[in-house]
Amino acid sequence: MFAGSFAGNGWLSPVILYVVSTNNKLMHYSGFSLLKQALTGNRGWTRAWRNLEPRKRYDVVIIGGGGHGLATAYYLAKLHGITDVAVVEKGYIGGGNTGRNTTIVRSNYMLNPNAQFYEHSMKLWEGLSQDLNYNVMFSQRGVLNLIHNDAQRDAFARRGNALRLNGIDAVMHDLDGVRKLMPHLDFSKNTRFPVQGGLAQPRGGTARHDAVAWGYARAADRLGVEIFQKCEVTGIKRKGDQVISVETTRGPIEAGQVGVAVAGNSSRLFDMVGMKLPIESHVLQAFVTEGIKPLVNTVCTFGAGHFYISQSDKGGLVFGGDIDGWNTYAQRGNLPTFNHVVAGGVTMMPCLARLRVLRQWGGVMDMSMDGTPIIGKTPIDNLYLNGGWCYGGFKATPASGWVFAHTIANDKPHALNAEFTLERFREGNIIDEKGVGASPKSH
Amino acid sequence: MLRIDCPWCGVRNEDEFSYGGDATVERPADHASQDDWYHYVYTRQNPAGPHREYWHHVNGCRAWLVVERDTVTHEIFSTAPASPNLPDPDGRAR
Repeated sequence: MFAGSFAGNGWLSPVILYVVSTNNKLMHYSGFSLLKQALTGNRGWTRAWRNLEPRKRYDVVIIGGGGHGLATAYYLAKLHGITDVAVVEKGYIGGGNTGRNTTIVRSNYMLNPNAQFYEHSMKLWEGLSQDLNYNVMFSQRGVLNLIHNDAQRDAFARRGNALRLNGIDAVMHDLDGVRKLMPHLDFSKNTRFPVQGGLAQPRGGTARHDAVAWGYARAADRLGVEIFQKCEVTGIKRKGDQVISVETTRGPIEAGQVGVAVAGNSSRLFDMVGMKLPIESHVLQAFVTEGIKPLVNTVCTFGAGHFYISQSDKGGLVFGGDIDGWNTYAQRGNLPTFNHVVAGGVTMMPCLARLRVLRQWGGVMDMSMDGTPIIGKTPIDNLYLNGGWCYGGFKATPASGWVFAHTIANDKPHALNAEFTLERFREGNIIDEKGVGASPKSH
Repeated sequence: MLRIDCPWCGVRNEDEFSYGGDATVERPADHASQDDWYHYVYTRQNPAGPHREYWHHVNGCRAWLVVERDTVTHEIFSTAPASPNLPDPDGRAR
């Protein structure tokens, strides 16, 4: 990865980029290692994590090698001393939702359980590259939510005040403030939804999403966690209220405890133990334009529709909007939603109409019935669920792994995920940030 | 783009319709147990494969339909009126 960025600058021949040493020696990444490799033809980079065959049994098996599953394994090993851990992934690391989002990180949630949880995540993000010894390119360029009418201003002022009472940063901007942050918006008075201001979280921003999966995988591997790719779970074997093993495409694996972090496919996994979840699977698309010079230097969201945009370090504008809105497990998006998303974007920022979209992709979301994740125990003693992430999964990655590891290690949730239970729906304790009720497509 | 064959209007583009979710859940009796209501309101089978679901032809004839569709391939197997109280697609009362 580092080698790639150097070659991209014309420093070195691309021919040598993919030479990977078979030496499994653990390697510390630093400015010094980068310089040393640059001067020696980049021939000394070792594998980021080991390639092993599954053993017969592990204390903990984590199903799902996305950011959440890998972070869980990492914190189990690092903070709880549980290193006999296998992570099984049906595809490849970085190929699922961790690599399919729009990379936005923020913690501007109003309801208390969400606010505390996502702010904990933000704090972990702030030290993540150092903690993992892996550059996740976390960039606190800010998140700006636009305001278009008086009622919205009142609602955002309330949200901003709630954030500040919880110790989370929030800044209300008037029109001039917004102009300084996003000079290319449509500020005309004749537009259908004139911009009036905005609520910003300056500590929000973006991170390089696949680096998060790779960084956690590498860091977990160094602590003894074993990662298995192309290892799909096909069945879960139970004895009474206990899971005894998982059947995989690479053979059965016995487990003391099993954590499921497969958001998008949680319903399919829990169907294997005969449980229905308060979740529907929907596809969310993301888009990237051709690379251009710096244009958008914060994350900006349209308040009169659903559209969010940022600019990657390579120059492409990364944007998204609504989910397609009907049950699907296909990891691809459809044209009507693309048209809808782009219409919102061009309304907000007319100059976007001049750009070409270079890439588009879709990821399958667990849309939960209240828009909030489910992290905790299940009716099966040693089976734990981490899912229902809706749109919120990427930014939550560090805290999600952190609390899920705590939940598995102690067989009870941490205070930060104590309210994200599966039982909250039955008990009526739903956490509905958007206030739209039990309609997954609307969250 | 889904193309849904409305029994009254013919094959129309997806953006004329609004999605209504799983059509297999049945509203329990008013005095049913809390568990029955919990499952009705919150839990779904959410299958990867054939799925019976409601669609509302909201920008067309405004009838509710039941569509059977594959959630992996998006193939549509059948489309039918959601309610027996609607007039026949050919215009006669039923």
